[in-house]
Amino acid sequence: MIEISGSETGQALKCYHCGEECDNELIKVDTRHFCCHGCKTVYEILSESGLTQYYQLEKNPGRSQKEKSKNTNFDFLDNTEIQQSLLSFSSDKFQNISLKLPAIHCSSCIWLLENLQMLREGILDVKVNFSKKEALISFNPKILSLKEVVLLLERIGYPPEINLRDKEGTGKNSEGKSLAVKMGVAGFCFGNIMLLSFPEYLGFTGEFTVELKFVFSYLSLLLALPVVFYCSRDYYLSAYKSLKSRFVNIDVPIALGITVLFLRSAYEIVSGTGIGYLDSLAGLLFFLLIGKWLQAKTYEGLSFERDYKSYFPISVTRINNGKPTHITLKEIGTGDRLHIRNNEIIPSDAKLLSNEAVIDYSFVNGESTPVSFHKGDYIFAGGREVGKGIDIEVIKKVSQSYLTQLWNNEVFRKVKENFKSLLINRISQYFTIIVLFIATTAAVSWYFIDVSQVWMVFTAVLIVACPCALVLSSPFTNGNVMQVFGRMSFYLKNSDIVEKLNEIDTIIFDKTGTITHNDKQELDYVGNSLDDQQLALIKKVVGNSMHPLSLAVYKGLSSIRDTVELDDYTEIPGRGICAKAGGHEIRIGSAEFTGLETGSPKQAFSQVHVMIDQMYFGYFNVGTSYRPGLKTLFKKLKGRYSILLLSGDSERDLETVAADYVDKNNVHFNQSPQNKLDFVKQLQLNGKKVLMIGDGLNDAGALRQSDIGIAVTDNVANFTPASDAILLGSNLKLLDRFLNFGQYAKKIVIASFILSFLYNLAGLGLAVTGYLEPIAAAILMPLSSISVVLFTTLTIQFEAKKRKMFVP
Amino acid sequence: MIIIVLLIFISLCIAVFFLATYIWAVKSGQYDDTYSPGIRILLDDQVKKEEKSDSDEKRDITKLE
Repeated sequence: MIEISGSETGQALKCYHCGEECDNELIKVDTRHFCCHGCKTVYEILSESGLTQYYQLEKNPGRSQKEKSKNTNFDFLDNTEIQQSLLSFSSDKFQNISLKLPAIHCSSCIWLLENLQMLREGILDVKVNFSKKEALISFNPKILSLKEVVLLLERIGYPPEINLRDKEGTGKNSEGKSLAVKMGVAGFCFGNIMLLSFPEYLGFTGEFTVELKFVFSYLSLLLALPVVFYCSRDYYLSAYKSLKSRFVNIDVPIALGITVLFLRSAYEIVSGTGIGYLDSLAGLLFFLLIGKWLQAKTYEGLSFERDYKSYFPISVTRINNGKPTHITLKEIGTGDRLHIRNNEIIPSDAKLLSNEAVIDYSFVNGESTPVSFHKGDYIFAGGREVGKGIDIEVIKKVSQSYLTQLWNNEVFRKVKENFKSLLINRISQYFTIIVLFIATTAAVSWYFIDVSQVWMVFTAVLIVACPCALVLSSPFTNGNVMQVFGRMSFYLKNSDIVEKLNEIDTIIFDKTGTITHNDKQELDYVGNSLDDQQLALIKKVVGNSMHPLSLAVYKGLSSIRDTVELDDYTEIPGRGICAKAGGHEIRIGSAEFTGLETGSPKQAFSQVHVMIDQMYFGYFNVGTSYRPGLKTLFKKLKGRYSILLLSGDSERDLETVAADYVDKNNVHFNQSPQNKLDFVKQLQLNGKKVLMIGDGLNDAGALRQSDIGIAVTDNVANFTPASDAILLGSNLKLLDRFLNFGQYAKKIVIASFILSFLYNLAGLGLAVTGYLEPIAAAILMPLSSISVVLFTTLTIQFEAKKRKMFVP
Repeated sequence: MIIIVLLIFISLCIAVFFLATYIWAVKSGQYDDTYSPGIRILLDDQVKKEEKSDSDEKRDITKLE
């Protein structure tokens, strides 16, 4: 058996553009080698314009151009209506657009894009936002149209992701900004009030102190107003909402603490009996807001909320009386005739008008091999045309087609909200009751000792019990874990996911694209050995056919050099190809076609037999290629979690899967997207906590329904269905380490809970005995917060280093 | 005594000024992207200089003519 794969051609030659290994030495300019023509073209464009500094700033800064952007047709950008909806500013001589360029990843990218005006006249200015992976481009529409700008970006390897929905999602940003402002205000008030409180703490006495004390305390009160009425608004609102739904979340004791702190301090200042606890109040809010900010932090460059609309193209080509026009998806009506080019996506359920079509449905239903269709066949939306351009007639509107119906399911309308299950909120139930109980008991006891102290003791307990350190524990621990995961290309939507990761007891895998490679198929050759010339012949012949298996063989032979010309070619549908080239006669196809006895149909499905000059040589076996390292992962996970596999594919690979990955009983094939969703729901009804790992649109429902949905992708910039986390495919094998680290983080959270309880106890001891001086509160509160923050951050980062949780 | 109060008011005013600057910085989006400005400061000049010197030269030539 000979392994035919491109990467094993001797010494590793790195592509000058993208750093990938080159399959051969053919593609080069001067002394520089390239892995593909796409990379070479980008280099040529840049070197012509004198922009080769791009390659000096970082080594191999480009992205591989082998898989050129799937949707290379930007004709719809000529439509003025679409243009207007995309442009952020437009006038005769000046247009402005913000484009998402997922390929942005290094400083070279910034340099190149911001020097775009060197490449083409008409570009006025480009400003890159790295964390959002966006570029704000200004150009002169008289010299350059929007379409030309987009095409230019596409040619140099930065295809923009254009999406009409993106325009709507700007609300989140302003929320983050308002949190940053609140944080600043709280910090400002905290610092100043603390300075004003120092004289009192240091015990200054003298002739002026009474007047100074008066001025200082009123100034503090003034500074505390924005803290109470502006910075803590979110806590009041959240507490109010949760009480309304008859639930005590952690914001309730916080809101209570803030109110009591402020009222008691105001009372002391106005009545002239003391200076109150205003510095503790401002410090409390400052630390709380830092925790909140950390919790809200997310990966801006990634989208966790995409639905089918971001997968589909913005517009399609409609043929009206033989004339093509570009229309948006919404405008598609039944009976329309659409033209779908190579690599475009079928937008709606339709009837095929062309003679033949080959459509790849792997992303939609998990079926790994492209499907052939003939004239008059009914084709479902979502597939990608991999053959020549085809014409179709629309049968159902976009929103009513088989695929998009999944999104009408109620799961997609519900917001995934399970704040009640978070550990902190489960604790807060008891916490609040216990604190109120202690406060009342202490007040009642003091009633018999000293009536004047009752009110003071009651409020002191509530002040001291304000769970500041408690609230900081999980955001800081989980935030750090999220950062550690991010370094290993495992991106969580938010830090609460870390906590939910620990409750998982069932893991469901998708097959196609998740545990297997989506685009790569393994090609084995069985039979008499073939020399390079014969392989070149075969490559030439299969290159002319659009049959899925021909495509697979052609891809597998990509490293073979083209040397021959075809003389004669006939394809017999469903059987094989008969061709003449370079004086040889070649027959490629089914076993029967090459004169062999038919084997079992199942096996024969993935075999391509070869016959040259009436001599039978052997056959290519087109098989599924599994991601490396997963067998050990499954072994490690097996005892601890129940593992299932749901696939939309046919049962073809059952034997392999059952042998190496998942028990036969837990493998389910032929699952529709709706089936998968219902399957997860059923497990949840049985009390299971489900982690779903999938990649395609067919998993979208299950990812959404599950407790945690992880979308696997080979390129983080690509489309992923809505999920709670995005994981780079090559790191899927590290899943057990992520889960283990999550378990460790849980221990740290609990330890820091205990730590903060100890602080609370110490404070309570002072409060119930009536000794809570302002200075004690002022020291205890920041001390507890800072020590919890330090404890969690240091332990997590240290453990991450110990476990080597960085880019492998 | 009055001088201390005065000093504190002045210092507060300065602090408020800084707070206002911070709020302005947040609202104008300076914290939206914390990576590229640092890179930009290292990169931008070179190409623009070339460009400028090119056009300067052209201008010089036209002047001479």
